[in-house]
Amino acid sequence: MALTHAHASGMGGMRAAGDLVARVQMARGMRIQEAKAYVAERLKVSVSELTDPVIMTEIRDDLQIGLVTPLPGCAKGIEAKFRIAEVLGVDINCVQCFKDRTA
Amino acid sequence: MGKIRTRYGDGSPIELSESELIEDLERGTAEAAERGNIPALSKEELQHLFDIFKAPYNFVSVEPGNEVVLSYDAATLKIRRVGVNVDRIQALQIYEKLFGADTMELCHVDYSFKPIKPIVTMERPILEQALLSTHIPLFYGAMPNLGLYSQPDGPYPNPAELLPQGKIDEAQASYEATVDSAVRDILYASNAMRESGADGINLDTVGAAGDADFQASLIASQKMREKYPDICIELGMAGEFILGMHSELEYDGVRLAGLYPHDQVKLAEKAGVTIFGPVVNTNTSETCPWNLSRSITFMKACSKVANIPIHVNMGMGVGAVTVNDHPPVDIVSRASKAMVEICRLDGL
Repeated sequence: MALTHAHASGMGGMRAAGDLVARVQMARGMRIQEAKAYVAERLKVSVSELTDPVIMTEIRDDLQIGLVTPLPGCAKGIEAKFRIAEVLGVDINCVQCFKDRTA
Repeated sequence: MGKIRTRYGDGSPIELSESELIEDLERGTAEAAERGNIPALSKEELQHLFDIFKAPYNFVSVEPGNEVVLSYDAATLKIRRVGVNVDRIQALQIYEKLFGADTMELCHVDYSFKPIKPIVTMERPILEQALLSTHIPLFYGAMPNLGLYSQPDGPYPNPAELLPQGKIDEAQASYEATVDSAVRDILYASNAMRESGADGINLDTVGAAGDADFQASLIASQKMREKYPDICIELGMAGEFILGMHSELEYDGVRLAGLYPHDQVKLAEKAGVTIFGPVVNTNTSETCPWNLSRSITFMKACSKVANIPIHVNMGMGVGAVTVNDHPPVDIVSRASKAMVEICRLDGL
């Protein structure tokens, strides 16, 4: 069922920009159109490109914000989330925790 | 004119004529409008639903540009439930890398805040390790489940035994005591998970034990918001209206018993909830067109008055999804598309 919804109406998660739009919804309480527009502006893409896995893979690779297929040397896990916080301009709780614990 | 293949709410197949389909769509929205005192769907919206059900495809989807964010309740539990023997961090990686999930949730198999409390020190390192290796937003979730606080499972007299004896005052006092205990447990576990780095807290199946359950969740949300002004709180409901098990409980001066989603969301906003997950239950003896038309009527009214993101519950048995362990793709995809496009939702 999760897969059916993902295909029927989901944003594609980290195959595209679904996780980024979700982060903005969660951090700023934005409704969907506002959240999509915000992320598109931060990534310098159009709103329609946010769900395109080909375009978004290139962008995610360029920005080092996490890839479904992790290439050698690319930012992964918490490393990518440091970059996501910077690119989106939002606080990510676990990134802050990481900084606090390693400072 | 050919027959249209669809299903009953329990998933069993049925064929309808075009006129029968139209009749079920009209009856479904009328039923919701009357119960909720909300507008019925327009002719154009009913026509859109008709077209979705008439489409001769197993699978349908939203038009490009209408996609929404997906959140999941009890996510890691569902991987184990079907007998896939992976641990919870692996389950999260499956959601993230293989399911196309936009967010995900770590949870314990005993999915209530009360049993989480004594094991929270074992839960926190799992969450912390998961956060190191994953990318997408990660909730920690559980249910308020006030049923666990009455005897024989908990310390308070059981209202379900007191009420048939006519002991109304005693039953109400018991419910009020469970609210205080549940709020403490929700805050204990949620605050711990927040300190461990969780991106959000999901209070799931809220209202399952009635108005006391809803009140405890609203109070806990308010206190969490006061302690952590930037925390993300998702509040997902158990049913379409609040059962008045106590019947006189209020939040912010509003009586909770009998509230439907378009009124529930206003209280959720006041309590500081970030994302609200309303529910409409599936009626197994009516058709899926009837259920979807009814469900969308409620959800559209909720989304219209909301100022916060709305993620409608569309799992098994809610949101017109069939009451069956294996919900059919033809119905889930139709419900998914119709709900998102007609209600202008923010997520599912």
